[in-house]
Amino acid sequence: MSMLVLEDVHTHYGKIEALHGVSVEVNKGEIVSLIGANGAGKTTLLMTVCGSPQASSGRIILEGRDITRDPTANIMRSGIAIVPEGRRIFSSLTVEENLQMGGFFKSNAENRKSQDHVYSLFPRLKEREFQRAGTMSGGEQQMLAIGRALMSKPKMIILDEPSLGLAPLVIKQIFEIIGHLRDEGITVFLVEQNANQALSLADRGYVLETGRIRLHDTGANLLANPDVRAAYLGG
Amino acid sequence: MAAQNLKHALFCAIVTLVISYPILGLNLVAEGTKVVLEGADTATVISILLAAVAVFLFQLFRDNIMGSMGKMPNLNPFANREPMEQSKRQRLDTIVLVLLVVGALIWPFFVSRGSVDLATLVLIYIMLALGLNVVVGLAGLLDLGYVAFYAVGAYTFALLYQYFNISFWVALPLGACLAALFGLMLGFPVLRLRGDYLAIVTLGFGEIIRILLNNMTWLTGGPNGIGGIPDPTLFGMEFGRRVKEEGNTLFHEVFNISYSGNHKIIVLYLIALVLALFTAVVIRRFTKMPVGRSWEALREDEIAARSLGLSRTSVKLSAFTIGAFFAGFAGTVFASKQGFISPESFVFLESAIILAIVVLGGMGSQIGVILAAVAVIILPELAREFSEYRMLLFGLAMVLMMIWRPQGLMPMRRMHIELKKQE
Repeated sequence: MSMLVLEDVHTHYGKIEALHGVSVEVNKGEIVSLIGANGAGKTTLLMTVCGSPQASSGRIILEGRDITRDPTANIMRSGIAIVPEGRRIFSSLTVEENLQMGGFFKSNAENRKSQDHVYSLFPRLKEREFQRAGTMSGGEQQMLAIGRALMSKPKMIILDEPSLGLAPLVIKQIFEIIGHLRDEGITVFLVEQNANQALSLADRGYVLETGRIRLHDTGANLLANPDVRAAYLGG
Repeated sequence: MAAQNLKHALFCAIVTLVISYPILGLNLVAEGTKVVLEGADTATVISILLAAVAVFLFQLFRDNIMGSMGKMPNLNPFANREPMEQSKRQRLDTIVLVLLVVGALIWPFFVSRGSVDLATLVLIYIMLALGLNVVVGLAGLLDLGYVAFYAVGAYTFALLYQYFNISFWVALPLGACLAALFGLMLGFPVLRLRGDYLAIVTLGFGEIIRILLNNMTWLTGGPNGIGGIPDPTLFGMEFGRRVKEEGNTLFHEVFNISYSGNHKIIVLYLIALVLALFTAVVIRRFTKMPVGRSWEALREDEIAARSLGLSRTSVKLSAFTIGAFFAGFAGTVFASKQGFISPESFVFLESAIILAIVVLGGMGSQIGVILAAVAVIILPELAREFSEYRMLLFGLAMVLMMIWRPQGLMPMRRMHIELKKQE
C-alpha cells in the first residue's frame, strides 16, 4: 500500500530543470531515506511534493489522490507534514504558540491531546513551554520543529535534514524519535546528508544525483553498496 | 587613533558650520521690489561658531565621554528592577486601563473646547495607527499608502451624505466596509510582493486614490472638496442651534439646558473614544485568535507558515482588509469632525505620520502605539512657538528613538516566563 508516489516528476526553476524525471515510492508505515550530495535536488524534490514549485510534468499521488496541481496550502492540510530544512520555527513565539500553530486547523481539544503527546515525546519542550522558541538550543529547536509538524496529526511526515548543525548526541536522540514515529504508524520520508544514520534507520533508500535517482534498494543493502560507501560514507 | 578622531571632529565641525550658517545666518530681506540676501548679525555668527566648537570638542573626546557615561550608575531607576509577577502585572494593567478610560470619559467636561477637539484628532489617529499596526506590526507588510483607506472612509460618508442624505451612523459601517473592500482589492496585486516592492506599490496605491479624488471633479468636487458634512446625531438629537433635518430633535431642548457649542465637540469626542476603544478591543481579540497568530507566523517565517498549511493569500488579505476597515472607521469620524474634506487631507505625509506612530510605539504593541499617537499629535501642538522647526524636531526625535529604543516606546510583550537564575 503506497502512501506517496512520484511518477517521472520533472521540476523547473525558470528554464533550469532541477529534477529530470524522478520516480519515488513511499509505502505506508515505512521509513524511506533519500540521500544525495549538495545540489542533487533533495530539497527541490520535497518542495515539489509540497507544491512549491509545482512539478512541470509527471504525477504526485498521495494515498491514491493526484496532488500534482493542488495549491500548497491544500496539500499541507491533507495528512502530510514537513519539517523544513533549517528548522524554521517561529522564533519570537513561545514553544506552546509554535505548537499551536502546527495544529492550526485542528480543534482545541484535539490540540491539547496532541500537545501532551508531543511533550511526552520531547519532555525537554515541556520544560520550555513558555519560553521564546528563538532562545533555545539548536537541538531543542529541531525537537520543536518536529513537534510542530506532529501537531497536525499527519499520516506522513517529511523531514528535511533534521541532523543539520546538531551535536552527535542530539542527532542520536532525534533519530531515536524518528524510529519511534514509525512505531506509532507514521510514515517517514527522510532526506539526509548524514547517509550513515539515515540508511541504518531506513527500510528503503534512494540515492539522488543531479536530479536523477541513481540507486534504489533497502537501507541495509545501500549501506553495504561499495559505490554508496565511496561516494557518501567516506570509503 | 587620535589623528583619526581629530580628522573626524574637524569634519563634523565644518558640517555644522555649513549646515547652520545658511539656515540660521542668512536672511531674505525685501527692499522695495527687490529681495536682498543679508548676512547674519554678530550674535548669530558667534553662536554658530560656538556650536561648531562644541561639536568639535565633543567629537574629539567622544570616546572618553561615552566611556565615562557607561561607567556612571544607571540613570534609569527601573533598569535593574525585578520584573513584576505575571498575575500582579495583569491586575495592575487592568486597573490602569480602567482608570484611563474613566479619566478619558470625564476629562472633556473640565477642559477647553480646543483641547477636546485636539483629543478627538488624537483618537482618530489612534484608530488609524491601531489599524495600520495590524498590517505593519503584526503581519509585517510595509504599507505606505494606508491613508488611501482613510480617504475612502471619509469620502464614503461625504458622498453618501451629499447624494443620498445618509446620516453618520449609517455611513460609519458602510465607510468601513468600503474601505475594507479597497483593502481587499489592493491585497490581490501585492500578494506576491515583499519588502521594498510592496512598499512602492502601496505608496502608488495611496497616490492613485488621492489623484482620483482630485480629478473626478464631477463626483467629488475635485480640489474644492466636499463641505457641509453633518455632525453625528445622538438617537435623533442634533447639536446645532436649530434643527437641520426633518424629524430630528435638538439636544439642548430635549435635556432642557441652554445651548452650547461645546456639546457637539464633546459628543464627537465621546463617539471617537468609543470607536477607538472598540478598535482596540476588536484588534486585541484578533491577536489572541488563530487569525492573529497566523499574521505573526507569516511575518516570522513565510515558508514555515506555508508548510503548516496556512494559505499566504488568505492571511495577507485578511490583514489588509481588517487594517483598512478601521481606517475607514477613522475616516468617517474625521469627515464628520471636520465638516469639510478635500484630497489635501490625504497626502502621503499622513501615511508617513501614521507609520511613524506605529514604528515609534513599537511594532505590534497596542499600548505603545496609543502612547505614540498621543505624543506625535500633541507634541507639535505644544511646540507651536517653534513651528518652523517642528519637522526638524520631529526628525530629531525619530533619529534619537531609533538609536536608543529601536524596538519602539513599548515593544510588544509576549506572555512568557523567564527562568530564575540559579543562586
